[in-house]
Amino acid sequence: MKKKKIQLFDVVIWFIATFLLIIVLYPLLLVVVNSVSDPDMVAAGKVIFLPKGFNLDGYIEFFKDKDILTGYANTLFYTIFGTCINLLVTVPAGYALSKRTVPGKSFFMTMFLITMYFSGGMIPTFLVVNKLGLYNTRWILLILGAFSTYNCIICKSFFGSIPHELEESAEIDGCSPMRVFIKIVLPISRALLGVMVLYFAVGHWNSYFSALIYITDDSLQPLQIFLRRIIILAEQAAKSELGAELDVSFANREVLLRYSTIVVSSLPLMILYPFLQKYFEKGVLIGSVKG
Amino acid sequence: MKKIKTKKIAKIVWKHRDYYLMLLPAVIYVIIFCYVPMYGLQIAFKNYRISLGFSGSKWVGLKHFRDFFNGYSFVPLLKNTLFLSLYQLVVSFPFPIIVALIINELKGKYKKIVQTVLYAPHFISTVVLVGMIAIMFSVSSGVVNTVLSELGFEKIYFMGSPKYFRHLYVWSGIWQQMGWNAVIYISALSGVDPGLHEAASIDGASRMQRIIHINIPSIIPTIMITLILAIGSLLSVGYEKAYLLQTELNVSASEIISTYVYKRGIVNSNFSFSTAVGLFNNVINVTLLILANKISNKFAKTSLF
Repeated sequence: MKKKKIQLFDVVIWFIATFLLIIVLYPLLLVVVNSVSDPDMVAAGKVIFLPKGFNLDGYIEFFKDKDILTGYANTLFYTIFGTCINLLVTVPAGYALSKRTVPGKSFFMTMFLITMYFSGGMIPTFLVVNKLGLYNTRWILLILGAFSTYNCIICKSFFGSIPHELEESAEIDGCSPMRVFIKIVLPISRALLGVMVLYFAVGHWNSYFSALIYITDDSLQPLQIFLRRIIILAEQAAKSELGAELDVSFANREVLLRYSTIVVSSLPLMILYPFLQKYFEKGVLIGSVKG
Repeated sequence: MKKIKTKKIAKIVWKHRDYYLMLLPAVIYVIIFCYVPMYGLQIAFKNYRISLGFSGSKWVGLKHFRDFFNGYSFVPLLKNTLFLSLYQLVVSFPFPIIVALIINELKGKYKKIVQTVLYAPHFISTVVLVGMIAIMFSVSSGVVNTVLSELGFEKIYFMGSPKYFRHLYVWSGIWQQMGWNAVIYISALSGVDPGLHEAASIDGASRMQRIIHINIPSIIPTIMITLILAIGSLLSVGYEKAYLLQTELNVSASEIISTYVYKRGIVNSNFSFSTAVGLFNNVINVTLLILANKISNKFAKTSLF
């Protein structure tokens, strides 16, 4: 009798989990399916589950579109170098804050924490950036957000939890704290670094609003700006009165391009995160919520 | 006497120079990009001119705040911002908790698959998310409208009606973040003492009872912290998504304080006025955060600071 009850519970849980799985998976698969389907069928709203026809024109258009390729290259640049800057600024700060002996530690901590809850806001920041001559340059997208208090706290609690004996013996041997950090602490902190790379890279890769505010030059724009033009603005244009007169072939090209760009632009992160999943699920997050 | 003291301090600082060097980039960044803009907040009370700078511009007192409060857009803006953020908080808050409790009951490979898939939408950009909404809810080719018309209903222009803006905003957010936001609860649940479960099952507790009496109480502190943070950012609802979802037709529901600040400030260069609006928003956020923290401290003995 008791055994049966447990089985029923498992079945219910299984059903709810599978339901959630389908809800999350369906829109993602739909985009992929549409990206390889016949554009006429897609435009008519006929593709709702399995691909209809087979067509890779969207991907061919993608690689022919100069704007998008520029955007892709720019985003790669911003992500790679921006993430490096993030790591250089945030991770060492987290290490220094994890040392109880550093005088003035709580002053710096407070200084960082305040920025989490209170800020100058969009406009004063914009004016400062302008004043510094960073407006419409690549630098601003690399530097903005270089330090993240939230991620710094994660670093701090991670470094605080590794055993001190290693560091202490190295220091007795005459290693400077900087050497200890680089030679001993960082190599055993791969889990933390993996998570930090993921967090920062995702931020850069998906960032859109900073470019909208600070970049005017098309040759500097990241992928997300072009994505918005293709995916969202085109959809809105198609709905307006003018849209009715849009050239059909132009509209179909847009439709094609829309799905392929979504797939190609989202792919790198979709491939990356499962490899780092075990890190962000375990350890690193524990105890980090509370500052 | 004083000289000896300064010398001593200098010696201590020198001894820890490596650590200060590690802090230096972060401190420089925070000063330039956080504290200088905070100093710049004074232009909310001034008539900012680029040529005169933050401190050189003329004081005008509360003029910009009065203009904002008396303007015709104040009431709808506040209403839109509050409705959107409250709707989001109340409806989406429980989902990650439920997801975590369910994932915690799964086992083996299937658990791993469910987790991996539920995290996926978090890694999609807001632009792509809004693009997917535009595509799926499109009048001419969207799945939702195709299904609606198959079932004999009339097609709906979701992106263009104020009525649907909040639903699209909140439910797409749930779809995107329920898995990711569950991570923190999942790791809290993995720390529950297995002995508690063993003892409870010996006493004849069903699995449902164990979830209610063991799992849920053990994640209450995590829930409280997340809740305080959510309340503290109540008025800073994602402007990025609201702006992207905005169309000329749904603007009566989708214009919130932050999108308004962007348009008045960056697009129209109304620097002082939009700084005042942003400051108003920020002050309310901080007040709510402190209040939520106080209340939680008193009733749940959990607090952020």
